[in-house]
Amino acid sequence: MQLLSQLNIGAPAVISAIEADESLFHRLSALGFRVGKPLSIIRRANFKGPLQVRLGTTDVILRAAEAARIRINTL
Amino acid sequence: MKRIALLGMPNTGKSTLFNRISGASARVGNWPGITVDLMSAKILMGGHIAELIDLPGIYDLHGFSEDEQVVRHFLANNALDLVIILLNSSQIDRQLSLVLQIQKLNLPAVLALNMADEAKRAGITIDTESLTRELNMPVISISAKFGDGLPKALQAATTIINQNKTATDPQQISQLLQEDNQIEREMEQLIAHHVQIPATLSDNTTDKIDRILLHKWLGLPIFFAAIFLLFQFIFTAGKPLQDGLAWALDLLRTAALEPLFANSPAWLSGLMLDGIFNGVATVAAFVPIIILFFLVMSMVEDSGYLSRAAFLMDALMAKMGLDGRGFVMMLMGFGCNVPALMGTRIMRSRPMRLLTMLVIPLSLCSARLQVFIFMITALFTAKQAPFVLFTLYIMSFATMFLTAVLFQGQYKNTEPFILELPPYRFPTVRQIVLRGWHEVKHFLNRATKFIIIGVVLVWVLTNFPSDVPPASSGTYAGQIGTLFAPILDPIGINSQLAIALIFGFVAKEIVVGSLAVIYGMQGDALMVQMATQVDWVQAMSFMLFTLIYTPCLSTVATLRSESKSSAFMWLSIVWSLSLAWVVSFVFYQGARALGF
Repeated sequence: MQLLSQLNIGAPAVISAIEADESLFHRLSALGFRVGKPLSIIRRANFKGPLQVRLGTTDVILRAAEAARIRINTL
Repeated sequence: MKRIALLGMPNTGKSTLFNRISGASARVGNWPGITVDLMSAKILMGGHIAELIDLPGIYDLHGFSEDEQVVRHFLANNALDLVIILLNSSQIDRQLSLVLQIQKLNLPAVLALNMADEAKRAGITIDTESLTRELNMPVISISAKFGDGLPKALQAATTIINQNKTATDPQQISQLLQEDNQIEREMEQLIAHHVQIPATLSDNTTDKIDRILLHKWLGLPIFFAAIFLLFQFIFTAGKPLQDGLAWALDLLRTAALEPLFANSPAWLSGLMLDGIFNGVATVAAFVPIIILFFLVMSMVEDSGYLSRAAFLMDALMAKMGLDGRGFVMMLMGFGCNVPALMGTRIMRSRPMRLLTMLVIPLSLCSARLQVFIFMITALFTAKQAPFVLFTLYIMSFATMFLTAVLFQGQYKNTEPFILELPPYRFPTVRQIVLRGWHEVKHFLNRATKFIIIGVVLVWVLTNFPSDVPPASSGTYAGQIGTLFAPILDPIGINSQLAIALIFGFVAKEIVVGSLAVIYGMQGDALMVQMATQVDWVQAMSFMLFTLIYTPCLSTVATLRSESKSSAFMWLSIVWSLSLAWVVSFVFYQGARALGF
């Protein structure tokens, strides 16, 4: 069990829990962040910038603060 | 009249489809229950006149974001005959939820699956026929960009419209919206039965481009180079257009308007020619740049590069309470503040949008550049000139950063920064032209009204009372100049320069012209005269003030209409005026104290 913000680039993982308030939760789920969904990090921006995450057919960028709300299991 | 709403998630090509169906007939309108403007167009559908409304792109109907609230309120306050739902075929696995939500509301709907070509390239196959049966609504693959499948989709819409069912009852919708549902499980079942998605996407062109454009170290330099080239293009291509327009307007004045008013009383011809015509011509001078700006902007926006720029710049911008998109708009403001302010529409969070709009008027736009080049040429040597100009650009950035840092507490950005990164797409020419045309229409419509009032006022101020020479200290403008002397003297701005500043409030382009009127000469003679009347410390103080104080009337009007708040407009005016005064004061008194 690990946070998405700590995941290594390119390592496959599966979402195990999303710990966010209602509005963030819905925003994340609308973009495809759901428990059981596989994902991986494509790249991180310099200077602690956002992460580029790939879930299925969708690429999403989000800040580390938001990524820390998502728990994952590495495969 | 029938009413049809167009609904879809962000980045599905909804505006493209709307423009394709409506042509150039769209207009902005107000709707019951919501405060924002929505685009709508009247179209002919199966013998009925139907009104097509472009709803904001949303992820779902839950109503957590501003746009979701807009759609909910729209549906709960306006009767509808049909909803056209647009999904991105290659993301159908998560976008189908929106269809199910609409279905639960018992709204008659047609489902258009856009970007069929992209889905095909990604190896996704959608069985539209079986999906049609299962969803009990027409499902049609289309390409909004190229128009494929569109006739079929419109035919399906016409069939529903021709059934002449009674429109939906907003009250019932309002009740149904309250109930949450089991959409997720249903969606997974539908996807499993009717859609095949390969484990890994087969189209990796975007990945290849991103490896360069989003490179850890090269990404930002490439981004800056790209922005620089776009600016170069806008101004290189815009200059001859602007010159041509100026020539045509000048011809209009000398060949048509001057003879027309030759026999009118002096005050009337003065008001019409030097007041209204000059004012409107000034606005018109913005138009070629505005058109080009929007053509380029819509190209960049539709290509998907803006989301990448946001990714690259976000870390730095976050420290100022802004994000990467705000940075792109700041840069665009260096061309012209007005379209940059309009460009902030891409932001969803209102606090962030307001903070960005507060910052943009401080960027050194091309109109202010004209004033600076004139002053610098008059008062500095050719060797000093580039450094002076460079200092002004640095000051522009510095005031923007200062403003953002100071106000970020007031405009706390509550929305988390989560952005979809769409694949790169090439917009079609038709798409770019239509989009540019809408923006230009919108801009002209607003700016002209505002400018006419402004220039008439300035003309009156500098021409009355009529027994003293125009723009002299005896006129109202001159009296205002004397009135402001206690404030402007400490920053080294004399009463002649003060009158120019009043002109500059309307548009910075008028500043140089007004100096010509005030000193009664032009060209080299004016520059020599300036150099004897004003020293370099005063000139620098004047330029700093011109850089920071209230932007032109068009910008103020745009600030007002984009923020829909007079209070915000006044905040921007008061803040920039105070900041301008403090900066000029510190500079002027500091330089004088050091013996310059």
